[in-house]
Amino acid sequence: MGTHNHTHNFSQQFEFTGKPKTWSLIAIVIGIVAIAYGFLIDTSETHAERTFANLLLMGYYFTCVCAAGTFFLAVQYVAQAGWSASILRIPQAFARVLPIAAVILVLICAAGLFTHHEIEEEGVKVSAPLLYKHWATHGLADPASEHYDEVIAGKASFLNVPFFLSRMVIFLGLYSIFAMLFTRFSYNEDLEGGMNNYQKSFKYACIFLVIFGFTTPIWSFDTVMSLEAHWFSTMFGWYNFAAMWVSGLSAIALTLILLRKAGYFTWTNDSHLHDLGKFMFAFSIFWTYVWFAQFLLIYYANMSEETVYFYERWEPEFKPWFWLNIVINFLSPVLILMSRDNKRKENLMMFVAILLLCGHWLDYYMMIMPGTVSKHRTFGITEIGIAIGFAGTFAFFMLNALSKRPLVPKNHPFLEESLHHHI
Amino acid sequence: MSSHHESIIREPLVTGDNITYARVTNEVLIPVENKPNKAWWIGFTVAALGALLWVVAVSYTFWTGIGAWGLNKTVGWAWDITGFVWWVGIGHAGTLISAVLLLFRQNWRNSINRSAEAMTIFAVICAATYVVSHMGRPWLAYFCLPLPNQFGSLWVNFNSPLIWDVFAISTYFSVSLVFWYTGLLPDIASIRDRAKGTRRRVYSVLSFGWNGSVKTWQRFEAVSLILAGVSTPLVLSVHTIVSMDFATSLEPGWHTTIFPPYFVAGAIFSGFAMVQTLLLIARKVLGFENYITMFHIEAMNKIIILTGSIVGVAYLTELFIAWYSGAEYEQYAFLNRVSGPYWWAYWSMMTCNVISPQLFWFKKIRTSIFWSWVLSIVVNIGMWFERFVIIVTSLHRDYIPSSWVMFHPTIIDVCVFIGSIGVFFTLFLLFLRVLPAIAMAEVKLLLKSASHQAKKKLMAEGKVDPVQAQYYKESLTKYDSVPASETV
Repeated sequence: MGTHNHTHNFSQQFEFTGKPKTWSLIAIVIGIVAIAYGFLIDTSETHAERTFANLLLMGYYFTCVCAAGTFFLAVQYVAQAGWSASILRIPQAFARVLPIAAVILVLICAAGLFTHHEIEEEGVKVSAPLLYKHWATHGLADPASEHYDEVIAGKASFLNVPFFLSRMVIFLGLYSIFAMLFTRFSYNEDLEGGMNNYQKSFKYACIFLVIFGFTTPIWSFDTVMSLEAHWFSTMFGWYNFAAMWVSGLSAIALTLILLRKAGYFTWTNDSHLHDLGKFMFAFSIFWTYVWFAQFLLIYYANMSEETVYFYERWEPEFKPWFWLNIVINFLSPVLILMSRDNKRKENLMMFVAILLLCGHWLDYYMMIMPGTVSKHRTFGITEIGIAIGFAGTFAFFMLNALSKRPLVPKNHPFLEESLHHHI
Repeated sequence: MSSHHESIIREPLVTGDNITYARVTNEVLIPVENKPNKAWWIGFTVAALGALLWVVAVSYTFWTGIGAWGLNKTVGWAWDITGFVWWVGIGHAGTLISAVLLLFRQNWRNSINRSAEAMTIFAVICAATYVVSHMGRPWLAYFCLPLPNQFGSLWVNFNSPLIWDVFAISTYFSVSLVFWYTGLLPDIASIRDRAKGTRRRVYSVLSFGWNGSVKTWQRFEAVSLILAGVSTPLVLSVHTIVSMDFATSLEPGWHTTIFPPYFVAGAIFSGFAMVQTLLLIARKVLGFENYITMFHIEAMNKIIILTGSIVGVAYLTELFIAWYSGAEYEQYAFLNRVSGPYWWAYWSMMTCNVISPQLFWFKKIRTSIFWSWVLSIVVNIGMWFERFVIIVTSLHRDYIPSSWVMFHPTIIDVCVFIGSIGVFFTLFLLFLRVLPAIAMAEVKLLLKSASHQAKKKLMAEGKVDPVQAQYYKESLTKYDSVPASETV
């Protein structure tokens, strides 16, 4: 109960210079080179589609991590969480990048829908878009066309380009507005003090969570599930939410650890790390639960319109990766993070965070590739380069946003609780 | 357990002046150490009559066979499984409060975990009665356990989710019982120390020789955390597997991948509603207003909005994907739910589970004891309808239109259901008489940091930010246990 004499510098700001800046810029250049390689130099048959699939993967991943940061903020306010108050500036920095990520994702989807290439479908040449060819190829919903597909035609009132893009713009636009509001309230709180901004954050966090909860399933049905437009699974929305939340938490933990190593966030302690570790552990299990429930129910019922999804993923091109996905995203965090002490070891937590971030890249890869490049999947310059490029983009914008504000929301009503956090 | 520092803006978990450790014990043990009053006897008589009705209805079922129920060839599963799932679901809140909230270090669980967990155990017992009674020949109940082959080559079908259910629920019941009982030990010891004669001897045996030493408390804390860690996956697995009883089938309306987490959310939702139904009355009748405060009621109402909305997302997802799938049987199943002959059941479910909990967005409603209680009953009804909709509405119009029928419950169906509620309340009312309904030892932990008097002391010493103190006082206006003079 005693009061500490704080020796920490609470007006400390992150200086975005030197190595972090150089390396994130280099990563961005690598990404641009990889995109150029994918479109222009690579000569394989599916090179353009493959580049788009990777852009979609990373664009979606990037947006998900930023959205998870926003979701983290909202949850902390609504749950009146105290422990996290002193690290809130990290998810706030994620939230400030959300509008940028959203614009990039919308541009990727639009570009993929509006650029076409020739593919051969059952011996007939078809001009298909580079993304979402399963529903956006011309003629699929037209009974007079030779490509007519009854199932797709039935969904055309939902899966059509204008509605698809406007849904995406509206959802991501709404999330971005709330992301900006949360960060602004928190900054105003620094300047003004008092309870006013906290109460506003609380109120808007409730509204955000309702909107987010009701729209994220549709967002993932659109962006990812519709790549294989014939297939459907009610679980898919929550499955994607789980992946988003685990990768967001891992990114928050990784950022915190790296900043601590660089001499910032000296006021955080093992207990903060422990709590982040518990979240990563618990939600990795939740992800597995959702993954397994979806898999088991489809496997058990064995209905062809559902099993086709896993059938594709059990082809030799995907099967080893299908299992590796479970090993990385379930077994590793469970075995490593089970013990209390491990969750308090900085280097081990850093390792698990990186592992989970790579693991969920693979998770998204397994969701996206079978519906796009299918058997032509590989790991090469395009995959690795684009992933590095987006990681650099995220790091650059996020660290830049972080450097603009003090690292502690000094007037947060739960700050003292967080500074004395001990479990 | 608790952090070193608690912000002044957190609402009090214990209200009242001059609350001492002794006073907590005295007040909580009033119903245990004194003769029951008239209200209890009336309640108990009604509940016991209900339990008697259950005995009669179930005996009649055993005597005549399952034909006593309204089942027919098409709808071969109706009120029996509806009642079972309803009860199992209700059980979930107790474990959620005692285990998951412990892992999250949520101190507000301390005063409600005991009765919520007792409720869990009684609800699971009620659910088990359904399992046994719809076996038809309950004396062969042991056939659902994997027995050695010497017993006759009657291995259970491990491919059947019903068998998974046997494992899930029996494990869950055992662990919940152990967890609940372990938590009771220090409180039973308190009763023992105050009792005399035979009573003392009984509570002495029940207390397992608890002596209150530091070592005992350390073990108590450690085992609580371990049991919480074990209970958490168990409680989630139970309704997951219950959902798989349906979702592994090929029945449109049953087979959908979202079922496991959606059932779990629905279970927590119904469980919290039942906790509200019980505790809002118990706190008044037993005079526990200082321990189960408006903060507890409001927090539980917030969980009801949250889980009700999760269930709402699941309903809408199912409806949307049924259309999106393009599978005509799936589409028809949902069209039939919404606008078929059982439309009233579907819309009762939607109104009770998704729409009415949204009223809790209004602070006036979620801090009103009357409305909280009314809405908790509405949710209980809604969750019964949810199971009825899923089960009967999906079955009654199957793939062959010539076999389409309606389901009509018999008087026995109704009596078994009403009787099971009687069994539940009988057990709960007995529990209130013999064991403390509030975990005294755990509430005592809160007095120094999270009680209103501790906060008043801090404010009197001028150690807190005046704006935050003002915020705290304003939050107390809705409390029925804080005198108006102490609020703003």
